[in-house]
Amino acid sequence: MSDSTPLLELRGINKSFGVAHVLHDVDLAIYPGQVTALVGDNGAGKSTLVKALAGIYPIDTGEYVFDGKPVNVHGPKDAGALGIEVVYQDLALCENLDIVENMFLGREKKNGIVLDETTMESKAREALTSLSVRTVKSVRQSVASLSGGQRQTVAIAKSVLWNSRIVLLDEPTAALGVAQTRQVLDLVRRLADSGVGVLLISHNLTDVFEVADRITALYLGRVAADVATKDVTSRQVVELITTGHSSDLDGAAAPSTTA
Amino acid sequence: MTDIITESEEAGFASDLTQSTTFGESVQAYISRVRGGEMGALPSVLGLVVLFIVFNFANDRFLSNLNLANLLTQSGSIIILAMALVPVLLLGEIDLSAGYAGGVAACVMGVLMVEHDQTWVVAVAAALLTGAAIGLVIGLLVSKLGVPSFVVTLAFFLGLQGVSLKLIGEGGSVRINQEVISGIANNNMGVAAGWIAALVIILGFAALRLIQHRRKVSLSLQHQPLAVVVGQIIAVAAVLVVVTYVLNQNRSVNPNFPIKGIPYVLPFVVVLLIFWSFMLGRTTWGRHVYAVGGNAEAARRAGINVDRIRISVFMICSSMAALSGIVAASYGGKVSTSSGGGNVLLYAVGAAVIGGTSLFGGKGKASDAVIGGLVIATIANGLGLLAQASYINFLVTGGVLLLAASVDAISRRRRSATGLG
Ligand SMILES: Nc1ncnc2c1ncn2[C@@H]1O[C@H](COP(=O)(O)OP(=O)(O)OP(=O)(O)O)[C@@H](O)[C@H]1O
Ligand SMILES: [Mg+2]
Repeated sequence: MSDSTPLLELRGINKSFGVAHVLHDVDLAIYPGQVTALVGDNGAGKSTLVKALAGIYPIDTGEYVFDGKPVNVHGPKDAGALGIEVVYQDLALCENLDIVENMFLGREKKNGIVLDETTMESKAREALTSLSVRTVKSVRQSVASLSGGQRQTVAIAKSVLWNSRIVLLDEPTAALGVAQTRQVLDLVRRLADSGVGVLLISHNLTDVFEVADRITALYLGRVAADVATKDVTSRQVVELITTGHSSDLDGAAAPSTTA
Repeated sequence: MTDIITESEEAGFASDLTQSTTFGESVQAYISRVRGGEMGALPSVLGLVVLFIVFNFANDRFLSNLNLANLLTQSGSIIILAMALVPVLLLGEIDLSAGYAGGVAACVMGVLMVEHDQTWVVAVAAALLTGAAIGLVIGLLVSKLGVPSFVVTLAFFLGLQGVSLKLIGEGGSVRINQEVISGIANNNMGVAAGWIAALVIILGFAALRLIQHRRKVSLSLQHQPLAVVVGQIIAVAAVLVVVTYVLNQNRSVNPNFPIKGIPYVLPFVVVLLIFWSFMLGRTTWGRHVYAVGGNAEAARRAGINVDRIRISVFMICSSMAALSGIVAASYGGKVSTSSGGGNVLLYAVGAAVIGGTSLFGGKGKASDAVIGGLVIATIANGLGLLAQASYINFLVTGGVLLLAASVDAISRRRRSATGLG
């Protein structure tokens, strides 16, 4: 599986906010049927990279290759059209709308010009039932009344509603309890096993080692390593995250040390 | 994709109630929503009842058929302007120029009819286009340049006064005596036609709600208990029957010239109410307006063209303001350089907020404009009957606006404290 071609590939991505150069020549590959973990310290540029992938931030230079073809992603619509779903770290839900309305936001089902609430409500319920959210009274509850973990689940359920080819999850388990974290990790694995390319951002290395096939480490906006999970130890990944290199990792696996 | 997510280990939404709760439970749920700051139409309806009682005691002419008809006609242009503002307020924006946009549009209409001998159709179309054009410019400045709507529309508030001065000259005015236009506020439907219209609306509303309810029940979707649906239908029917009955009585003081029937402005407002309720509640556009008002960044990430929503909302506001200006011209029988000025805009903002539309965005309905507009019109009408000095009128109206905005702010705090939307 590891030698299949990437579904999505970024080559030499640079991104600055004014004078702050946040991403430096970043290469990233997401393979179908695999979980790629993106790790790095706070402020390493993980969320920025995800938002660049999602079309929220325009990239300054670099190539965006999808399915082997260079594409231009100018906005969230373009990313959505490619089959890319994102669960943002800052959740991006509308608090004044209910769960169903949020899950279908921007892609409402319609009968002619009238919203098809019937279809949306049953599909949303179907997607949510699998994610075991307890204590939620109803799918017609406004998001403002949900706990952080419940909101997280809604955001994740939204990303599995659509026939997505790539799912990007930015710290999806950060606000979750033990049981819900378990479910999200299982879901991540199931998504990948069904052929979806998954990018998982997490600070929890136990989780990363459990579900990820590959690990990409970011250090101060540069890729410190891009390795198969089975080739590294937890200690080496911690070194990569905190110092940007790992002494006993061979050069081929750590592009930044050879370049 | 569904195969990934349907293998549910545990019924997560086990407590997700789709079946009807009992009537008592939903009354309780309503009370707790009100406690939590989710007041809906309750304060304004109560306020209206209190105002009616107070003014009735203060002046026995207040509840006369003539005055009630007057009150409803008076409220027409306020309600329409408030309805214009609701989508803007939903975005968390403001349009201070809406009053004068209506004034300028009415000037355009008047000048075209009187000075250029155009038909009323052409004149009204030109007025609406004027409104749409004003809204387009405001919308572009707000969304593309990012100038706060408060500042843009304050500039338009001043600029549009200049435009109407230019159009009809210093201190001038144009008489509106074209049959159709002046008929909006001054002519009445036939008694039979009034009853038929009321009946059609009641039956249509009832059928719609009941069919909707049955479909939701049969598909086991979230729905209200039947008793609540029936209650709503009865309330709407009662209001319509009472209003129709009162307006179909003779209200003329001169027994030789009976006046009865529903003023045309009323069905006009009802049609606008149905249309905007549909647009905001049942279409993608409406959903996106709420989304942008709730969290513009989330809306953008969901692929919604936020700028387009903003521009469309400002265009709708100014176009609806033009309609309001036309109705006001019909009621006043003229357009002048002060049309749409004075307290017109504050009345309309006050009406929307009193009705329950939040100044913070994301929350409000077209029907808020109707209830709030009636409250404002009742205050203006009642104080007018009492022949109070005009300073009292200003003080009271300002006070009511402040009260409504405070209630809005407090209920917002409560909502965030109790976590209700
Ligand atoms: N909109 C922005 N404008 C300016 N600087 C930004 C912006 N967004 C992010 N940054 C900067 O880019 C850097 C990377 O931020 P980013 O949010 O991508 O980090 P992260 O790896 O996701 O961190 P965390 O683990 O804390 O989520 C930070 O130094 C941050 O200050
Ligand atoms: Mg981040």
